[in-house]
Amino acid sequence: MSGGTRLENANPLIFQRSGERVLTSTDEDEDVADPIDDREIFDLIRSINDPEHPLSLEELNVVEQVRVNVNDEESTVSVEFTPTIPHCSMATLIGLSIKVKLLRSLPDRFKIDVHITPGTHASEDAVNKQLADKERVAAALENSQLLEVVNQCLSTRTM
Amino acid sequence: MKGALELLQRVSAHPDARCWYVAWNPAGTLLASCGGDRAVRVWGKEGDSWECKCVLADGHQRTVRKVAWSPCGKYLASASFDATTCIWKKTNDDFESLTVLEGHENEVKCVAWAPSGNLLATCSRDKSVWIWEVDEEDEYECVSVVNSHTQDVKHVVWHPTQELLASASYDNKVCIYKEEDDDWECRATLEGHESTVWSLAFDPEGRRLASCSDDRTVKIWKESTPGDGSSDESWKCVCTLSGFHGRTVYDVAWCRLTGALATACGDDGVRVFREDPTADPEQPIFNMSAHVPKAHSQDVNCVSWNPKEAGLLATCSDNGEFAVWKYNSDS
Repeated sequence: MSGGTRLENANPLIFQRSGERVLTSTDEDEDVADPIDDREIFDLIRSINDPEHPLSLEELNVVEQVRVNVNDEESTVSVEFTPTIPHCSMATLIGLSIKVKLLRSLPDRFKIDVHITPGTHASEDAVNKQLADKERVAAALENSQLLEVVNQCLSTRTM
Repeated sequence: MKGALELLQRVSAHPDARCWYVAWNPAGTLLASCGGDRAVRVWGKEGDSWECKCVLADGHQRTVRKVAWSPCGKYLASASFDATTCIWKKTNDDFESLTVLEGHENEVKCVAWAPSGNLLATCSRDKSVWIWEVDEEDEYECVSVVNSHTQDVKHVVWHPTQELLASASYDNKVCIYKEEDDDWECRATLEGHESTVWSLAFDPEGRRLASCSDDRTVKIWKESTPGDGSSDESWKCVCTLSGFHGRTVYDVAWCRLTGALATACGDDGVRVFREDPTADPEQPIFNMSAHVPKAHSQDVNCVSWNPKEAGLLATCSDNGEFAVWKYNSDS
């Protein structure tokens, strides 16, 4: 993590948040099987706080619904996230926060893959490998300081 | 596929936590499991079912990643994310903590006993492999620290009969070590995997080594005597099992009794491979003999063949359970 108070990306572009999901009559029908869809996953991660700015990952365009891919039948979720700058030192922490949010929210059957959007970060392969290593993720989450930072990113902010 | 895996029992061993690893004692009568709940449990058979005989709960402050029995079966070593390795001594039906091996900078990922029982190896995220010597008074002394890997070391395994050690790493490589003038040295580096190498297993004779990886393949490496008379070890990849595994292969086990090769996979499947006896030993062929696609409801972390009862296989999973299977090669 970067020390000091200087922001790595002082003036990020801010994007508009999407509206709330529109409920349809089949959504409310208890007899209709309702698989987890991309929008549902996106809703879980879009309000994660950026570690640096008082903004959500959606507002910084770090996560987008088009970069979420869920297959309920095969129990797989893939999320690509786009760091705001190619040398962002927070990339691993952001990816870890997305992963933890989904691990905590989804049924255990899901395989969750979190990657950097190809071509958007200098250390893309290293960050992807780290995030895919469940042993290192498990060890990281036993580190109370790191867990606290992750939980801050995942805490609900009053908007 | 000619063989089949028959489920004998499923046991919730570490509820609400991962079960990371299971290990049979040399007599094949006890199974030790460890997990994210920081505990080691020892299981024994009562009638037809496996029951918890004891819980080793106060040895570690964090996840217990792997456990290993000494060749005599009297000691159990546990490697933990708390950067220590505990040595437990079996006394009648209980275990007492004998000593705690400290020195690694961070998570200890694996521990393994040499066939003589006089040496122990540990490896860690700190990129090092440590060799410990055990004397008659149960005193442990670190005799060598080897830094051949450039990343997190995931697994260490000893040759079945010789004092030869192999390690697998996040740097995609496998290293082979031998003692040279009172010091342990890396004598060969096996390159070929395209991602993290998670585990290793020697074949029953110790002439070949299987490695499994995040690149979804298993590779078979064979020792070859170099013709130039140099003393360096030379290992070459003679076979790659690709296209069988849907996700990371976390563990591989080579049965000493039957020669069957089992794998644990992140796609929840357990697979058993058999070598084609008619194939050229320099170009072996392994056929998938059994496959249970949803052996567990989550990632399979470990596969372990019982050392005495042929075909008895234990597996464990992220869902906290272990399972015991009977492998039949022809069914």
